[in-house]
Amino acid sequence: MTRATEPAIATEGLRREFTVGRRRARRTVVAVSGVDLRIEPGEAVGFLGPNGAGKSTTIKMLTGILVPTAGSLRVCGLDPTRQRRELARRLGVVFGQRSQLWWDLPLRDSFELLGSVHRVPADRHRARLDRCVDVLQLAPFLDVPVRQLSLGQRMRAEVTAALLHGPQLLVLDEPTVGLDLVSKERLRAFLEEVNVVDGVTILLTTHDLADVERLCRRVVVIDHGRVVTDDSIDALRARSGGAREVVVELAAPADPLAGLPGVHDVRVEADGLRQRLAFAPGDTTAAALISAVAARVELRDVTVVEPSIEDLVRTLYAGR
Amino acid sequence: MADRSRRRGVYLRLLASRVRSQLAYPTSFALDLLGQAIGSAVELVIILAVFAQVDSLGGFTREEVLLIYALAGISFGLADLVVGQLDDLPRWIRTGELDVLLARPLGVFPQLVTSDLQLRRLGRVAVAAVVLGVVLAQGGVAATPRNAVLVVGTPLVGAAIIGAIWVATCSVSFWVVEGREVANAFTYGSQLTTSYPITVFEPWLRRAACYAVPAAFVAYFPALALLDRPDPLGLPHALRYASPLVAVVAAAVAALIWRTAVRHYQGAGS
Repeated sequence: MTRATEPAIATEGLRREFTVGRRRARRTVVAVSGVDLRIEPGEAVGFLGPNGAGKSTTIKMLTGILVPTAGSLRVCGLDPTRQRRELARRLGVVFGQRSQLWWDLPLRDSFELLGSVHRVPADRHRARLDRCVDVLQLAPFLDVPVRQLSLGQRMRAEVTAALLHGPQLLVLDEPTVGLDLVSKERLRAFLEEVNVVDGVTILLTTHDLADVERLCRRVVVIDHGRVVTDDSIDALRARSGGAREVVVELAAPADPLAGLPGVHDVRVEADGLRQRLAFAPGDTTAAALISAVAARVELRDVTVVEPSIEDLVRTLYAGR
Repeated sequence: MADRSRRRGVYLRLLASRVRSQLAYPTSFALDLLGQAIGSAVELVIILAVFAQVDSLGGFTREEVLLIYALAGISFGLADLVVGQLDDLPRWIRTGELDVLLARPLGVFPQLVTSDLQLRRLGRVAVAAVVLGVVLAQGGVAATPRNAVLVVGTPLVGAAIIGAIWVATCSVSFWVVEGREVANAFTYGSQLTTSYPITVFEPWLRRAACYAVPAAFVAYFPALALLDRPDPLGLPHALRYASPLVAVVAAAVAALIWRTAVRHYQGAGS
């Protein structure tokens, strides 16, 4: 049972250089430089960074598509360069930009071909496909050629295609790009289930940070080919100094609730019926604050607002 | 063993899906087939036109040149059918679709080969096969068991040699994205150099066709054996039977170059 204890992804000093330009203008560009990453089985990790930060290059090395220039790399206990095909059986990949389906075949046929490509036993293939068809609502377009699918339909099909062989690790590169809100939410819910219920490790690259907030408990931020942050979402929130807010709806208008312990800013809305109390994590807790407020005024409703991960990441990029 | 045959099953299914999609448009398929046949027939007309003016070309009669043309034509058509898809390699690389192939538990090369099966390329094979039949019927080739083996085996060995040349040159695309022109110089150039007796070429091209890019082994040398005539250039007698060996070496070299090239893959940058 070594496999169970082995990390899903382990890299040390991972580096990739590209040679660009011709003849005299030839130069070496370092896309990924010294990435150390360790992801345990069952984790869901958001892999973020601005364009050109080295996300895609890293993912391509993890999946055995690109050969690293230097560094060590193991994915699902395998060496992606030398054991690419073996790894491909344990790995599901969704590239938002390009399709793994056959554009001129009905979706059903593409799934069937992929089943035989991965040598999935017929009964398991059937079971996995049925589940995806059910949850992702693929039934209406199973017999439509892939080229005629809408983007939302295609992305759901791509995720299905990546899961048919029962991978240990699912790598998603921009899986919700171009989807409408409903499709996005449906896809996120399914991915969460795949991660939590089936225990599939997820590595997610996206520009839509709502994906990350929904799915991931840990975030790795990469910039200029280096890991600049690797932490849990909660720790990130705390560290970035982003304020949390308790929003209280009062039964009757009241003066600004001044003097509450740990609160550094009070904003009054709706003529004093709603008040936003900003506090820094660490100074107090939402629970303590709410009971302090309840002791002074009558509460109708309470919500706790977390700083958005988008703001957090923006401060991370800016602080480099 | 079971593993191997199952994998073969995958490729057959991939191919079957390609054939299905072509035959979905029978008219367009028929026209394609016809186009290829006409293209091939034009080369035949050129040979016939030349022989309307002269009695021999590089020391070979019309029937002898046609024999070489036919053997080379079948070889070229078969090679085109199997590895012609590599022509699209620059597109696979530029669009990054090659990433998708690399993310599957199959070899990149067999996936590219089975990514398409252009049955219309059989049009060229058909024309060349008819020419071969006509030449053989005229009795220039003795009906011996050895010659029977040569007639059947030469196009297969020749296709392997041409295919190896193509694979080796198409590998350039991994370094130079627009490597298609370089590759085409060899792929379509090899069609020229294989279809004629090498005696018609300048000495430098002759030497290249014998030793560097082994085009002369596709049809010229086996044809000498079939016609049972000495080499006008006085090259060693054994060369006429060396084609299978040349094919094995060419395939090994091509495989080595291909592997190096795939490892060099730089991706599409997104």
